Formats: sequence, C-alpha cells, structure tokens
Amino acid sequence: MIEIKQLHKYFGKLHVLQGIDLNVNKGEVLSIIGSSGSGKSTLLYCINGLEPIQQGQIMVDGIPVHDAKTDINKLRQKLGMVFQQWNSFPHLTALENVALAPKIVRKMSRDEAKTIAEKQLRHVGLGDKLDVYPSALSGGQQQRLAIARALAMEPAYMLFDEATSALDPELVGEVLDTMRLLAEEGMTMICVTHEMSFARDVSDRVAYFHQGHMEEVGPPAQIFGDPQSPHTRKFLASVR
Amino acid sequence: MDYNFHWRPVFRQLPDLFEAGLLTLEVAILSMILGIMLGLILALLRMNGPRPLRWIANFWVELARNTPALFQLFFFGFGLGAFGLHLTPYLIVLLGLSFNNAGYLAENFRGGFLAVPDTQIRAARSLGMTASQTYIRIIIPQVLRIVYHPMTNQMVWAVLMSSLGMLVGFRELSGETQFFASKTYRIFEYFAVTAVIYYVIVKIILIGSKLAARRLFKY
Repeated sequence: MIEIKQLHKYFGKLHVLQGIDLNVNKGEVLSIIGSSGSGKSTLLYCINGLEPIQQGQIMVDGIPVHDAKTDINKLRQKLGMVFQQWNSFPHLTALENVALAPKIVRKMSRDEAKTIAEKQLRHVGLGDKLDVYPSALSGGQQQRLAIARALAMEPAYMLFDEATSALDPELVGEVLDTMRLLAEEGMTMICVTHEMSFARDVSDRVAYFHQGHMEEVGPPAQIFGDPQSPHTRKFLASVR
Repeated sequence: MDYNFHWRPVFRQLPDLFEAGLLTLEVAILSMILGIMLGLILALLRMNGPRPLRWIANFWVELARNTPALFQLFFFGFGLGAFGLHLTPYLIVLLGLSFNNAGYLAENFRGGFLAVPDTQIRAARSLGMTASQTYIRIIIPQVLRIVYHPMTNQMVWAVLMSSLGMLVGFRELSGETQFFASKTYRIFEYFAVTAVIYYVIVKIILIGSKLAARRLFKY
C-alpha cells in the first residue's frame, strides 16, 4: 500500500504539491489526470524518491520513502517506473536493457537474469526483438521495452508518467494495450495520463489534480459522470 | 644540390629505431590510459565536485590546454628537479604526456557527459541502480562512444608529442634518431626514415581504431 500524507513539495519558491493526501491499495489502478503543471508527474517522482519532499510523508508498504535511514535503492525495486521519454539504454540490446538491473541490482546470475528478461519481453510482445538495439525499435516498441525493463525487477507497484504522451498517435494503442494487460493481471498501478478513455475504462479510481491540489478522487463513473468540483468539470469539458 | 645521400648507416640502425618506436608507442599508450582515467575524474570533478577539488580540476585543465606541452614536460623534468625530485626521463615524459592528455580529454569527456540526457540517469536510478552503477553501466559507456574519435586523435597526438622526449634526454624514437644522427652526421636521412616510422605507427593506430569501433559500437 502506498500512503501519502500531507505532502508538500516545492521547486524553489514554486509550491507544486500543496498538501496531498492519497492512499493506493494493493491491486488498485489509479489514474491521475489534470492539465500540465498541476503536479501530477512530480507526485510520481516523489513516490519513488527521485525528488525530495519538503513536508509530509510517503510510505510504501510501511517504509518512509524520504527517511534518511531507508535504503532507497532497495525500496525502488518495489516501484517500477515508466517515463514519458522511454529512456531505453541505447548501448544495450533489448535483452540486455531488461536483464541488466536484475543482474546488478537483484544480484541474479546471468542465466536467471536472461530468463526473466526474455519472459518479460515476450510478455510485452517483443519476444522477436531480443537482440535488437533500441535504435531499431519504434517509439511504441521502446516504451514497451521500458515496461518490460521495469517489470523484470518484479515490482509491487508500477508508476506510469504520461507513458504515451511522446508517442506518435498510431503507436499509442500498443502501449495502452500493454498497460491494460498489466491492470488485468492485477498489478497495482498509478498512471499519470492524458488518455481519458484509458482512465475511464481501466482504472478503479481517478484523481483530478489542479494547481498542486488533488481536487477530487473517486471511481471513474463519478469523476467523468458527475464531477463535484467546477475545476474538474471545466477540465473534462476541455478534453472531450 | 651537392648533398650526397647516405642511407646505409640509417638502415644499419633500423632495428634500434624500431625498438625506439616501440618505446614511443608504449609511453603513448600508458599516457593515454592514465590520461583517460584522470580525464574522467577531472571531468566529473568539474561538473559535480566539491568546490576546492573543482578549482583544482579547472586549473589543471586550463594549464594543460593553454601552455606548450614542452613546458609541461620541462615542469616534470627541470621544475621538479629544482625541488630535488629527479625523475627518470621515462617518467618525465610519461607524467608530462598524461598530464596533457588528461587536460584535453577532460574537456572532451565533459562534452560527452553533457550529451547524454539526464533522463538516462533517472531511468537507471528508478530501477534501483546506485549512482556508481548508473555511471559505470549506463552513462560512461555512452560517453566513451561519443568521445571515441576525439580520443583516437588524442592518442595520435600523444605519439607525436612524445618526440618532445628527446629534449629531456629520453631515447624514444626521436631521441634515438637524434643520437644516431649526431653520431653519423646523416641528419636528413635519419629524420626522414624516422618520419616514415611515425607515419606508419599513426596509420596503424587509425586503422586499429576504426576496426575496434566496428566491433565495439554495434548500435
């Protein structure tokens, strides 16, 4: 379970997260929507400790992320992350991209790491691209590679930061399909997304962020069908 | 022109010249290895180091790039000698060249580091890699590719610059040539043959570098 309590985050003087309270349960899919600059991506970076926080607390399975005593590298193994820019490692083949972290972080043997990498690449539909370098893959394939790479750490949670925003429109579908597949398999997911249909159809809850506040959170039927906040209504009207 | 060419004495000394050529190559290679290691450290210190270390690194790079290489060798020779620290000619040349290589390579490496996007670091760290794992496994391999050709140039430069060794009494290829030339007065012949040997050494390095690149960089 991920517990966020009274989280405040500043970039210099800019108050990007202004007291966020949010819990994400095991097996849940939470979509976070909102306009750019509302703090939703920053929240993901805070959850896996890539960004420091100034106030409040984030706990992952009872472990405080920003506590100096926490072994953050160990905790990050629970938190797979997929970025807007897919960030495949260009000097490694698809297989090596996925096998590297299991080998050097989870200390698996070369064979074990290779086996799990192959399994995850097949899982995302890249079973025929094992020895290909990222430069020969499309954006959608590279994003699926990034998903396989995160999954190979066998995380308990997956964080998606606008995983489809940088893709050509015709490549968005294959990545969303992969995310849907994970949701069906019961993965706990937090997805910052601009794909309203994904948020509506796949998630258990949807949160709307506005200028550093979480305006409202609830089941998709409620957020999309009967939004309570005028900000949410205005936002949804603009993306429809 | 009434100069009579006499090549025979040169050809008689060819084995010695080849041996000196190997010494040249050895000192150039070692100075490159040291230069790459020091250059990487200097580049990282200049970008992220604590202040006094960053200043030292900046000073090193400035000095190495903006003063004659010959003066840098003289520093390790006569400069340290004045303080009672007498290095062998071999060490003077090795340290002088390494100092110079490190300065130039540090600038190349810095450019290489800046060319690798920050997001690569985030991606690696998000997988649970430590900072040093991220640098060793993800960032430095990409930087080495970016700086590979500048590095080859520096290697060529190190071979040619090692000829300054003859001015601090080091009998590498140029020193050896000078020695025999002054013994036999066949100055033109000796230096012409030596130029060819330098040319061949550099050609071998360039071809080797090209072949290695093909094996190393498949992406």
